[in-house]
Amino acid sequence: MQKITRDTLVDKAISLLESKTITRVLGWRRGEFDYDASPAVFTDIEEIKREFVYSDFCGANLSKYLLKYTSREGEKVLVFLKPCDTYSFAQLLTEHRIDRERVYAVGIACDGMADIKRIKKVTGEGIMKIKPSENSLAVYTLYSDEPVYIEKKNATAERCDGCKSKKTVCCDETLGESEEQTEAVRFDGVERLEKMTSEERYAFWQGELSRCIRCNACRDVCPACTCEKCVFDNSASGVETKAPSDSFEEKMFHIIRALHVAGRCTDCGECSRVCPQGIPLHLLNRKLIKDINTLYGEYQAGETVGSASPLTSYSEDDPEPREAFERSGETK
Amino acid sequence: MILKCSDSSMSSAFARLSEKYSVYLPTDEKTTGGAKFSKWENSLPWSRVQNTVKGPKDFFFPQSEDLMRFRLEGKSIEIMPRTPSAEDFILFGVRPCDVKSLDVLDRVFLSDPVDSFYSSRREHGVIISTACSAPSETCFCTAFGILPWEPSGDAVTWRTEDTVFWEAMTPKGKEVLSLLDDILEECDGAEVEKQKSETRRIMERHPLSKLTADSFGGDVTEKLFGSEKWKQLSEACLGCGACTFVCPTCQCYDIKDLDTGNGVVRFRLWDSCMYSEFTKMAHGNNRTTQLERFRQRFMHKLVYYPANNDGLFGCVGCGRCISSCPVSMNTVKVMKALGGKTDE
Repeated sequence: MQKITRDTLVDKAISLLESKTITRVLGWRRGEFDYDASPAVFTDIEEIKREFVYSDFCGANLSKYLLKYTSREGEKVLVFLKPCDTYSFAQLLTEHRIDRERVYAVGIACDGMADIKRIKKVTGEGIMKIKPSENSLAVYTLYSDEPVYIEKKNATAERCDGCKSKKTVCCDETLGESEEQTEAVRFDGVERLEKMTSEERYAFWQGELSRCIRCNACRDVCPACTCEKCVFDNSASGVETKAPSDSFEEKMFHIIRALHVAGRCTDCGECSRVCPQGIPLHLLNRKLIKDINTLYGEYQAGETVGSASPLTSYSEDDPEPREAFERSGETK
Repeated sequence: MILKCSDSSMSSAFARLSEKYSVYLPTDEKTTGGAKFSKWENSLPWSRVQNTVKGPKDFFFPQSEDLMRFRLEGKSIEIMPRTPSAEDFILFGVRPCDVKSLDVLDRVFLSDPVDSFYSSRREHGVIISTACSAPSETCFCTAFGILPWEPSGDAVTWRTEDTVFWEAMTPKGKEVLSLLDDILEECDGAEVEKQKSETRRIMERHPLSKLTADSFGGDVTEKLFGSEKWKQLSEACLGCGACTFVCPTCQCYDIKDLDTGNGVVRFRLWDSCMYSEFTKMAHGNNRTTQLERFRQRFMHKLVYYPANNDGLFGCVGCGRCISSCPVSMNTVKVMKALGGKTDE
């Protein structure tokens, strides 16, 4: 399904390593199956030839790893970034979390990443092989001699259904061209929730968040969550927790997190991708993005390096707090 | 003796068992396609999903539980111990790997000093397992000597399209099955044998069925601890706790005090060796890098645990770490990198 090939990326990595333009490569390493590539850092050309992979299952956003791998003097790290990952990269630059000089950013076209959980809903378990073709995936399982063909749109991650942009930002170069974006469905999920009564919405989130096991994967993968010490890990903070002691606590954790990244979240959707319980966390962030757009005018974190978020800047046109209250429909 | 009933009569069976026990069984999570253990009520259907997202650990060792309370009044402190749960319950539809995971937990919680909360739940719980007939590609229980078609437990079931076969294995299991006298009927078990051999055949083609744990165990600590490979294996690890919290055998916990204003609730909660604050003490942290934390988790399962438990591995190959890791790093990749042999 991805038009850009693994070989294109490998050639790029090898030529930049050979010319000593870079010291390391951030990419993806092939896994045990066709769908479980891991983020990886390479320095050895032979290893790249052997292990580097790029496929519909390279959803992992590599931008956050730059924090770790560019911390040393003299490093120049080649990182491959899909369009939405470039926004995360740009936002990290805006927040002065990465030294731009230590990064060689290559934007790569993306036609949406596949979601193995969504695929398994159709094929069931026992996946042996996944072969991509232009508009579909052929999935071979232990339980059928014939492959199951899944149309691209039914295999794509929900976060990619609402792709904000195919534009890459802040890259040294870009490889490939992404498909034209289809209709804008980015806020459909949010609008469905907005149409609910507050009781229905409460029940929806209660149901979703009740599954939370508090593994912190959403936080740890989030490129906007770069605090050196998260308040929830700090035993001296008084709010450190490793287990949901009641259902309120879960809401508190996720709502605090969503508000903490509001105006900085680039909507990469990694939080939803990694949730072992399939909680659609990106909807919380998209709701805040939509509200910011409505109240302060269109704004997308990560679209421009150095831009000031409406939530951390002031202008006389800013809405008054009562406007938010009035929108809630409450009378007092 | 093998007994059977139709799949459609399972609801009556659950209703009957619910008269005497709380019955928990795997049920579908509609929005995610996953499954979880739920209390049976109102004809709740039994899921056909291979594995629940979390193992059955919560039923014996919940993610969070109160141990005792202290109430302060003036200068006196009243200590209010909590009585361990005495609910008689059936955990139904437990997979072979998950049954085995309880052996791993038993060795920790039932050895001296016995954990009274855990042991009470074990005494009051009846395990009815269900054989696997369609393992996931992520299953690798056979590496630890578990056979997906041959589960253990107080009673065992095999499920086909339309029939459920039962066999009692312990007195507890016999007692439960006797409650279903009029629902279950005797049979020759030929269909069970047929399913077993079909599953065996599937496992011959299964991508992980050749994986073995031969290179691991109690006597390889020095060889593996200093391996160069940990660096690469741990490079992508985010330090989240997903693998440890879905794992049926991870048993580390922390004990904390909650200040209630007029007293204290002392509770314990699962902890994760992947977390930076794990076992933090006055002197600081035992393991300050993610490489060390990552290594600890796998060394514990594959080396330290068997060293202290007569060779029993601390992993049962349920594959949950494979499907839950945000960066797709897991026990199988670690085993293969460090020497788990395959006959490929």
